[in-house]
Amino acid sequence: MKIRTLSKTGRFAALVAAAALLMFARQQAHAQNAAKTQPVETPAAANAENGKRLYTSYGCYECHGREGQGSPVSGARLAPRPIELRYFIAYVRQPSGQMPPYTAKVVSDAELADIRAFLNTVPQPPPAKSIPLLN
Amino acid sequence: MAKSKKDSVKRRDFLKGSAAGVAALVAGTGVAAAGEPAPRPPAAPPPMSKEAETGNPAAVEVLTTDRPGADFMVDIIKSLGIEYIAANPGSSYRGLHESVINYGGNKAPEFITCCHEESAVGMAHGYSKIEGKPLGVFLHGTVGLQHATMAIYNAFCDRVPVYMIMGNMVDATMRRPGVEWVHSAQDPAATVRDLVKWDDQPPSLPHFAESAVRAYKVAMTPPMEPVLLVADSELQERPVAENSGLRVPKLTLATPPQGDSGSVAEAARLLVAAEHPVIITDRVARTPAGMALLIELAEALQAPVVDQGGRMNFPSRHPLNQSGRSDALVREADVILGLEVTDFWGTVNSFREQLHRSSAPIANPKAKLISITANDLYLKNNYQDFQRYTEVDLAMAADAEATLPSLIEAVKHLLTDDRKRALQDRGAKLAAAQQKALEQARTDATYAWDASPVSTARLCAELWAQIKDKDWSLVSDVTPWVSNWPRRLWAFDKHYQFIGGAGGHGIGYGAPAAVGAALANRKYGRLSVNIQCDGDLMYAPGILWTSAHNGIPLLSIMHNNRGYHQELMHVQRMADRHNRGITRANIGTTLIGPNIDYARLAQSMGLHAEGPITDPKDLGPAIRRAIEAVERGEPALVDVVTQPR
Repeated sequence: MKIRTLSKTGRFAALVAAAALLMFARQQAHAQNAAKTQPVETPAAANAENGKRLYTSYGCYECHGREGQGSPVSGARLAPRPIELRYFIAYVRQPSGQMPPYTAKVVSDAELADIRAFLNTVPQPPPAKSIPLLN
Repeated sequence: MAKSKKDSVKRRDFLKGSAAGVAALVAGTGVAAAGEPAPRPPAAPPPMSKEAETGNPAAVEVLTTDRPGADFMVDIIKSLGIEYIAANPGSSYRGLHESVINYGGNKAPEFITCCHEESAVGMAHGYSKIEGKPLGVFLHGTVGLQHATMAIYNAFCDRVPVYMIMGNMVDATMRRPGVEWVHSAQDPAATVRDLVKWDDQPPSLPHFAESAVRAYKVAMTPPMEPVLLVADSELQERPVAENSGLRVPKLTLATPPQGDSGSVAEAARLLVAAEHPVIITDRVARTPAGMALLIELAEALQAPVVDQGGRMNFPSRHPLNQSGRSDALVREADVILGLEVTDFWGTVNSFREQLHRSSAPIANPKAKLISITANDLYLKNNYQDFQRYTEVDLAMAADAEATLPSLIEAVKHLLTDDRKRALQDRGAKLAAAQQKALEQARTDATYAWDASPVSTARLCAELWAQIKDKDWSLVSDVTPWVSNWPRRLWAFDKHYQFIGGAGGHGIGYGAPAAVGAALANRKYGRLSVNIQCDGDLMYAPGILWTSAHNGIPLLSIMHNNRGYHQELMHVQRMADRHNRGITRANIGTTLIGPNIDYARLAQSMGLHAEGPITDPKDLGPAIRRAIEAVERGEPALVDVVTQPR
């Protein structure tokens, strides 16, 4: 019988929630720092449709959800309104938290631009007060 | 198990034609020593033949008994108050099986048929989380125990009592040739000795009686753990002499160990003086009283509580519940009180999992760490469930729940009116933070609200809307797998509303534990609710049949993300790290092609079932219909195709 050892997941997820939020803040701060030294140009025509396909096939959805909604136990929220592309690429290349790195060997800057373009198409959710089940 | 008629004849005790021998067994003339079963005959029986079956016997052969040893074993089991025996049938305990259903009337204990020994022990695990006492489990020799091993490990890691009895044919000369040999062992409990608190293989009924009562006492003394008795098959089946003198020993449970008065006073002094104390809880509340005591301590101190959720320790919407702010609170804390915390080191340190793993302290190095845990009384070598060593300042090797009354008294004794006023200010700030966290959770839940597959937030919100006005009990621990939405959105305020986790993270625990907990909830009329992971159910889905067969009402909502998603993320991490194949992590980690139809699977085993649901608008009505079935006393399942987390 297979016994699974799951890193950190056995602990109560609330513990992870705060860590994830912190990680997201760190991600943004680190990405901003990296971007200062390695500016990246935004491609003229990013392809959101291709980005949606890559977002799934490259496994982004696994931790961040299929609409980039994020989860306190696996990955930060990415959408709507994703961070600027240069910060986005900088963090993906050199994550300061738990996220695994995606180097240019496996995903190009252009592909990351497409992925970000997809995330940019995710609409803003309705306010919680407008959803009866959340009140 | 295949058995030849010849084997069956050899299997049974009997006396040859000697009248004296007959008298010794039937009348109990003292041939058998007090408390011992009657002796076996010295010679083997003649082979069966037509003549033997149809002719006049030259001697009277005793082929039956009204009082096998297993009847006495059932007397012992009944004396312990064990309500149910969960088991998959096995010939090594056939004597006990028959005695439970006939001599014992199949009532207290009642036999619950399971399709896998792992399911039986998993049921016992969940039952104990609700009822606070063990369920009985019967296990077949060697093979049955090996099937059960993973579930025993979960219970062991989770500090849960499970009362197991397995069959074994000790005497090699009495074993049927063939199968009975491979189902026998010299030391059968050796397989799981690392995973049980105590085991024994009694050679006599008086010894069995004492060990059976001792085993229950050991299992119920914190830290609670599984125990295993080996019931010799011959001992089960041999007749008991009438004047055997057998008796049921008295059971007196040991009082749980409490922290010593000096340490309790020192802990109280530190906590009352602290400006930023934090209480970390994991497996504290063994009983409803434990939850009430924790509330009393937290309110006396106006201290934040971080509930790691090994048990239902603290109400989710209590103003002092700050479970989502663990790192922030630990970072600013000057005193950290850990109550039955399994991973104290991981609570006060961060760990980064990259190519080179690294860690860093979170807690202020000047902070005082206090630990109260029965785990300090019990440590085994092999399995590493004890986590990394934590440098604490005060360690009480004691049961936290049992220590809370004296700690509360000591705290209250030290609180002056001025100090109480200062603490009230702290409490008000914490209450505001708690309300802010709830509002943030509601906002977070709106993201992907209308998505398909269904978001886990939507699933939990739809479910909560249907159960919140009922007497509900969440009998699964999928909170991490559904992004902790139940703990963030639902109002937990009763001890039976949450049962914590598996302990050993052995997948396959969820479904049987939910059924076991629902079995315990049934007599109280509670609505048992299970958020069921797909990968978990596929280990041993026969538990669905057990729930239908035994009329165990349980609402299961599938969190069907079509894979072993945690493992998918792990493999993805490796591919990313190794700069290759980042589109191939699904190989070996997903359950697609074909997609499993859980509704039809459940329907085939007698459940009300619907799905797969992919449109969130369909979810609420499906849950309502399922609850109607559950309230009729049936198990029901709704398959929901979900977002990964």
